[in-house]
Amino acid sequence: MSQASTSGRMTSTYLVYGAILVIAIVQVIAAMAMGPSLWRMLLLAAIQAYLAVMFFMHLRDEKLTLRLALIPGTLFVLVMMNMIWADSFRLAVMKPFAK
Amino acid sequence: MSQADLAMERVSPHSAGAHGAGVMEESPFAIPSSKLVMWLFIISDACTFGAMLFAYGYIRNSAADWPQVFESASIWNSLLMTFILVSTSLTVLFAVKAAQSEDRAGAFLWTMITAAGGILFTLLHIREWLSLIGQGARLFQNPWGAPLFGAAFFSITGLHMAHVVGGVIALIVVGLSYRSGRYAARHIEIWALYWHFVDLVWMFVVPLVYLLNMKR
Repeated sequence: MSQASTSGRMTSTYLVYGAILVIAIVQVIAAMAMGPSLWRMLLLAAIQAYLAVMFFMHLRDEKLTLRLALIPGTLFVLVMMNMIWADSFRLAVMKPFAK
Repeated sequence: MSQADLAMERVSPHSAGAHGAGVMEESPFAIPSSKLVMWLFIISDACTFGAMLFAYGYIRNSAADWPQVFESASIWNSLLMTFILVSTSLTVLFAVKAAQSEDRAGAFLWTMITAAGGILFTLLHIREWLSLIGQGARLFQNPWGAPLFGAAFFSITGLHMAHVVGGVIALIVVGLSYRSGRYAARHIEIWALYWHFVDLVWMFVVPLVYLLNMKR
C-alpha cells in the first residue's frame, strides 16, 4: 500500500473515530435534554454501527459479494425478530387469551 | 483402497496425500477462510445480541412499572466506558497497521494497550454492577419496579462483558504469539474484527439499556 493511501486511510479512521464519539455525546445530551426517544437512539446507534462496520472493520474495502453475503441476511433476521411486539402489547393490556 | 484409487490420490492436487504446494482452492470472497469464519461468527453473535435486546424490549414493553434507574453518574460512566471502548477500536487498528508493516514490537504494544483498555472497561462495568447490587438490584427483584429489570440488565451487560473478557484474553494470546513469530499479521487483523464487533454491540447497549432507563 502506498504512503499516500495509507495516510489517507488513517485520516478517515481518525475522522470516523471522532464522529462515533460525537454521536455518543449527542445521544447522551439529546436524552438528557429532550428525553430518551427510542427511534432517535436507534437511528444514531445505526449510524455509529455503519461507520464502525464500513471503516473500522474495513467492510467497505471488501468485495461486494462478501457484503451481500453478510449484511442482507443478518438484517433480515434482525428485522424478523420484530414479530414479537404484538405479543408484548397483548401482555401489556393483560389479555392472556386470544379472542 | 485399490491400486487405481491410490494412483488417483497421488496425482489429484486436492488429495490429502499430495504435497501440491501452491495448489489450493481459491479463498472465498478473496479473503482467507479464517477471516470469513470470523465474519460468520460476528453475524451469528450479532443475531444473538439482537435476540437479547429484543427480549429485553419485549419484557420492558409488557411491564407496567418498568423502573427508570440510572442517575446522571451512571450515564456519564457509560459515556466514559464508550470512550474507552471506541478508543480501543482505534488502538487495535494501530496494531493491525503495525502488523501489516511487519513491525512486530509495535503491533504487540498496540495490542496490549487495547487489552488494557478492555480490562479498564470491565473494571468500570463491575463497579457499576456492584453499585446496582448494593442498591438492592438482583436478577428477579429490585426496589424500584418490574422484577425482571435486573435479569434484563445483568444478562445483556453480562453477556457483553463476557465478550470483552474473551476478547482481552484472545488479544493477549495473539499479541504474544505474533511477537514470537508464531502467528501472522492476519491473526491480529481477525481478532481486531472481533474487537470492533464488541464495540459495535456496546453502541446499541448504551442507548437501549442505559439512556432509555435514565432517571428523569
